[in-house]
Amino acid sequence: MTDLTPTDQTSADDQGPAPSRLHQALDSDLAYSFRRSPVAMVSAAVSLTLILAAVFAPLFATTNPFDPASLNLMNGFTPPLQPNAFTGESFAMGTDDQGRDVYSTILYGMRISLFVGAAAVLFAMALGIVLGLLAGYLGGWVETLIMRVADIQLTFPSILVAMLIFGIAKGVTPVEYRDQMAIWVLILAIGLSDWVQFARVVRGATLVEKSKDYVDAARLIGRRAFPIMLRHILPNVLSPVLVIATISLALAIIAEATLSFLGVGAPPTQPSLGTLIRIGQGFLFSGEWWILFFPASTLLALALSVNLLGDWLRDALNPRLR
Amino acid sequence: MLTFIVRRLGQSLLVLLVAGAVAFSMFRFVGDPIDNMLGQERTLEDVERLRVQLGLDQPFPVQYFKYLQEAVQGNFGLSYRQGREVSEIFLERAPATLELAAISATFAVLLGIALGVYTAIRRDGFVANLIMSASLIGVSLPTFLIGILLIYLFSVELGWLPSFGRGDVVNLGWWNTGLLTESGLKALILPSIALGLYQMTLIMRLVRSEMLEVLRQDYIRFARARGLSERTINFRHALKNTMVPVVTIIGLQLGAIIAFAIITETVFQWPGLGLLFINAIQFVDIPVMAAYLMMISVMFVLINLIVDILYAFIDPRLRVSSK
Repeated sequence: MTDLTPTDQTSADDQGPAPSRLHQALDSDLAYSFRRSPVAMVSAAVSLTLILAAVFAPLFATTNPFDPASLNLMNGFTPPLQPNAFTGESFAMGTDDQGRDVYSTILYGMRISLFVGAAAVLFAMALGIVLGLLAGYLGGWVETLIMRVADIQLTFPSILVAMLIFGIAKGVTPVEYRDQMAIWVLILAIGLSDWVQFARVVRGATLVEKSKDYVDAARLIGRRAFPIMLRHILPNVLSPVLVIATISLALAIIAEATLSFLGVGAPPTQPSLGTLIRIGQGFLFSGEWWILFFPASTLLALALSVNLLGDWLRDALNPRLR
Repeated sequence: MLTFIVRRLGQSLLVLLVAGAVAFSMFRFVGDPIDNMLGQERTLEDVERLRVQLGLDQPFPVQYFKYLQEAVQGNFGLSYRQGREVSEIFLERAPATLELAAISATFAVLLGIALGVYTAIRRDGFVANLIMSASLIGVSLPTFLIGILLIYLFSVELGWLPSFGRGDVVNLGWWNTGLLTESGLKALILPSIALGLYQMTLIMRLVRSEMLEVLRQDYIRFARARGLSERTINFRHALKNTMVPVVTIIGLQLGAIIAFAIITETVFQWPGLGLLFINAIQFVDIPVMAAYLMMISVMFVLINLIVDILYAFIDPRLRVSSK
């Protein structure tokens, strides 16, 4: 399952000078498949643009939507690309009810969406890898316990699990910290709802790797279980993990948006894309379509491009799955 | 077969016990029940008396057992927010969710199977390709955006259908149904499409890939050689054999529909259990959250159990090798 990873593989032929790392990377199967797939290139370009725009939001944004001093209530409800009736200012994507530039709020909102999504996936990945390695390598009651918990959690849709964890965590945090903690609670909730995928895949791959000669060899020279798991098995089970992580990122971004949209996620003081859509929905009936339309399109572009990238990665790393 | 069912039953019971423990811990550890019940003005004697009276001085397993005992009898306590029996609120809200879920599940299953078979038979046809591309977008659209999109199209722009609520309901004993009035039926259309669309695309894609797999097999070629009509081959021979995985997914998706109803009900302000649950989370209404958790676990466990048993009935091989 791992024989196509570009990293961690030394080239078999020792004749001639060894190609440089960069050259090796550009020449790999992965890069070849990338150049051959227009879908992969477009979605990579879109997601990279959106991620960069979010990371460097202060550079690209025209105003800071969280700075009350930069807002002018008179600018409220300005349609896109039309000058405001009172101030004469014009905004590419219009303004919301408080006169905030929609374009700038999207950039800052995407930052929160991406941060929560990425952090949740990293958390789920770390948890899943550790538990999957333990279950696969140690076996016995450790495996039974971990996999039983995974089975039970799989019975429920992950969005429901995330809602429940969010609800419980919200109940535990004192009222005065709830808004500050909301982002972290959200990461915890989405991360905990998503670790099972990683654990199952890592366990499966570990079971395969465990029986290979190099693991026996490592055991023979007296390495302990934990170094073997981390230094020998882990690098060889990473490529399916990478695929799941990419697809999980898209799912986590959608999960975050859904929770925030339902009002059980990012607080109005730190609006994510989902919160912006929630706010925008209120203006749908009064005709201010842009307050909803632009955040929703951004979310869609982000989720779709990351998703397609994940699909491509899965096919490229594992042609047998196609 | 019997050991299989018994083992499954044991597993289901375990899931329910765990869910019960989570639900109970919510009461026990999220805030102090005494704080919730006694105000600022209280004496230590009051606190102690109430603690004994409520049985909070007893060990955790005893309390947990008592909680389960009450829960089995349908007693989940009072809602913090509404001050009414949780079971009473649930009974009042359940018909709305069940009707919505039933309609959208029917929609998803019927249309999903039909489109799946169609796209598999006409695998390179123009319409089939169009449906497949559209379904890709359907899978990546978040549920709540589908709902908003439908509202925008059919309520705001065209003004054909209501955008929120259940319309007029008719009271049949304790069951309020929206199926008997015109406005009730109209109100059902958008939410059930929004809720069922994702499951429909999922079922469709699954049926299609299973059908393609089966149509490639020798016995289909043999059936064709025997001169059977395309219709008989497609429906009697091929579709029947795709049903094993399809039934599983449909069963599991029924559970998902109940869960995703939370989102649809919020978008359409549908007065069902999902909206109740979201409001409970927002206001940290622990008894409602705990009861919802218990209810949904029972539902999921039941669905899983039925699917597993059905599975064994449909596929005889599983009866032997079910370990």
